[in-house]
Amino acid sequence: MSGRWPVIPVAAPHAASTGSVARVMLWVCAALLPATLYGFWLYGWPAIHLWWITIASAIVGEAFCLRLMQRPVLPVLGDGSALLTGWLLALSLPPWAPWWVGVVGGLFATVIGKQVFGGLGQNLFNPAMVARVALLISFPVPMTRWTAPMPILSTVAPGFVDGLRITFGGLPAALDATSSATLFGYARSELSRGVDLLQSFSATQAPAISFLGERAGSLGETASLLIAAGGLLLLALRIISWHIPFAMLATIAGSALLMHSVDPARYLDVATHLLSGGALLGAFFIATDYVTSPNTWAGQLVFGAGVGFLTYVIRTWGGYPEGVAFAVLLMNALTPVIDRFIRPRVYGRDRRGAALEIDA
Amino acid sequence: MGIFEKIFRRQPHWGVHPDDNKRPAADAPLRSLPLPELLHVPMQQHVGGPARPVVLVGQAVRKGQLIAEAQGNISAPVHAPTSGRISAIGEITAPHPSGLAQLAITIAADGADAWCERAPVSDPFALAPEEIARLTAAAGVVGLGGATFPAAVKFNLGRRLKVSTLIVNGGECEPYLSSDDRIMRDRASEVVDGLRIVMYAIGAREALIGIEDNKPEAIAAMTIAAAPFGNVQVRPVPARYPMGSDKQLIQTLTGKEVPADARAAEVGVLVHNVSTCAAVHRALRCGEPLVERIVTVNGGALTRPGNFMAPLGALVVDLLRFAGVNGRPARLVLGGPMMGVVLPHARVPIVKGASGILAFDAGEAQIPAAGPCIRCGSCTRACPMGLLPLEMASRIGAEDLDAAAGFGLSDCIGCGCCAYVCPSHIPLVQYFSYAKGELSARERSRLRNDATRRLADERQARLAREAREKVAAAARRKAERDAAKAAATTRPAPVAVAVAPGEVAT
Repeated sequence: MSGRWPVIPVAAPHAASTGSVARVMLWVCAALLPATLYGFWLYGWPAIHLWWITIASAIVGEAFCLRLMQRPVLPVLGDGSALLTGWLLALSLPPWAPWWVGVVGGLFATVIGKQVFGGLGQNLFNPAMVARVALLISFPVPMTRWTAPMPILSTVAPGFVDGLRITFGGLPAALDATSSATLFGYARSELSRGVDLLQSFSATQAPAISFLGERAGSLGETASLLIAAGGLLLLALRIISWHIPFAMLATIAGSALLMHSVDPARYLDVATHLLSGGALLGAFFIATDYVTSPNTWAGQLVFGAGVGFLTYVIRTWGGYPEGVAFAVLLMNALTPVIDRFIRPRVYGRDRRGAALEIDA
Repeated sequence: MGIFEKIFRRQPHWGVHPDDNKRPAADAPLRSLPLPELLHVPMQQHVGGPARPVVLVGQAVRKGQLIAEAQGNISAPVHAPTSGRISAIGEITAPHPSGLAQLAITIAADGADAWCERAPVSDPFALAPEEIARLTAAAGVVGLGGATFPAAVKFNLGRRLKVSTLIVNGGECEPYLSSDDRIMRDRASEVVDGLRIVMYAIGAREALIGIEDNKPEAIAAMTIAAAPFGNVQVRPVPARYPMGSDKQLIQTLTGKEVPADARAAEVGVLVHNVSTCAAVHRALRCGEPLVERIVTVNGGALTRPGNFMAPLGALVVDLLRFAGVNGRPARLVLGGPMMGVVLPHARVPIVKGASGILAFDAGEAQIPAAGPCIRCGSCTRACPMGLLPLEMASRIGAEDLDAAAGFGLSDCIGCGCCAYVCPSHIPLVQYFSYAKGELSARERSRLRNDATRRLADERQARLAREAREKVAAAARRKAERDAAKAAATTRPAPVAVAVAPGEVAT
């Protein structure tokens, strides 16, 4: 007892919370699970194949970079961040996209979007959105070919093998008829034909806005309610704070309300804006990415409002029907600026950092 | 308290809530450590100059006798914790992770534990406040919460700055520790009497006793003890680490914020720990200097954890044996788990600031390996000072210490909240301690360089002045010589003028 024992000097604190990066990442994945499973049911085997291909590619890309840098591979993969990146990317792709879209996207996300910057925590831009935008710009045709929902148990839905054939062989001509436009795409094309929204949405072929998500779109955008439920789970677990989702959705809703009341024939209403496209997925799962968002609550409100505003602007006046990915990337670029100017007040100092006046 | 104060003060937006692990150790009755044969009393048990020994080896001392006197304005004397004979004045491992040695007086106890002549004061309130400060200083009382700042120096400061409120810190927010809890439960009346003496000494009008609400027994005992005194109030505060930190407790209790680089006394508040107040009571009412303290001995490696009354100078190993060690502790910590220091081994003496000794088993000592920062911002929300630990750490990682200082590194109180909550388990406090040390070393070397440069400049100036004076003197002598020569030519000189060697060659 009186003898010495080897002591490694350790700094305080000698206690740690039970949290870990892997726990955070896996909870986010768990929150995505209901919407994902629902998407699988809606879009069938091709969507399932695309999902695992994208995730596997993201993980392979990460592992490849780690090997190249001679860093430990398994512990880093164990943090679950590559899994989450691949998952988020898969949810933002057209469900019946060919296999190489998933492969290129997954590799691009982790290799170019993340590891090139130095790995987890170092990337300036959200890797999943970097990959999505790269795919959208490079391969506009497969990235905008959407499939109408075809529940997996219905007779027209492709089985496991047909699903593989669709994912690896391309859309068979017989099923091409099932392709359909997203709501934003439809609204945009009708507007550009000179048909205003009041007329175009009263037409029978107009895509219905559905809370249950039975409409064309990516896995992550159709099941709005399940995505929102997952987001609320993350809020309840305090994995994310309310600031970014609230600011982003409130800004989209506010802009839509204003413009729709000005001219309902030209501008879509609030519910359509909130429930279509990537608004909810973006608000709860993408814009809230820790690494690429500001680290103060005030900064997060600014960031969320910026994403919401840019999303609305791009959707309404931009060249693409959907704008969440671009909006997130643009605001990611502003994050260091926001963090530079919005800092918490330090105890005993005013906002500028000068010591408080002494008043006894 | 108004409704707004209730809402806003109950839930601080900062801090962390670690498992407190205080019970069952806190509930075990206070036990006295059996007197060890040897006590090693260090000379530096306080902030300030080390005490200077005034005894000789072989000399017999009685309990409470002065064995080392204070040196300098900020210092504290040291007294014999028991009766016996001085067996050595030498070195002992300091309670510090470095394991460096420091000067200590070793006393071989005679077992009688006989007190020296004590001079109790029956009515301290009849004395002048200055006299109370003097007696407190002479009794070697220092802040027992861990800061170990000499108490009397703070009394004088408080009186000079006309402090109106005394805050008595019974927060004890560190997990595992319960020595303050124990003193409030068992000696509430001593604590209240001591704090009233402190109030009188600093001229405070009211005292607020802040106790975390995870100590209901202490709150109950202190409320009863404080009941007769209208200007002494017990104020339960939320159990949230670091509630026991001066700045956070002052803010919670009074709403005042201590300005950066200012002392609490400048906003009219002074903070003293409950154990310090009890020590003041004993120093005045019983005439007993500070020679013992309650030490919490806790941790998974112990079979009978609890609180022990231990003489200063007892070794950690004595306490661990008394508490029953279950296997080999994986880590020994002096103080609490959030801010305590690792002890190099167990042959380290108990000092005035030793509120707890933790013997962790392997599970408790386990801290997961550090990973990359994912900028989750948990540290920012936990920081009680409103700093951005992740930004400071990334600057320090890049050796850009000035940028880290720009993020308010000097305001960091080292409480460890950030490192505790970090999901990547980055040792943030280690980063900040390193940077603070490095910056203060740079500052010292800058001051030294400035001083050296000033001395060098002065030397240059002096040499230049001397050279100028030499030239001037030479010119003057030459002028005198020329004048003499001129005088000689008018009257032919009888002797030849001496010629310099250089001139011979021409």
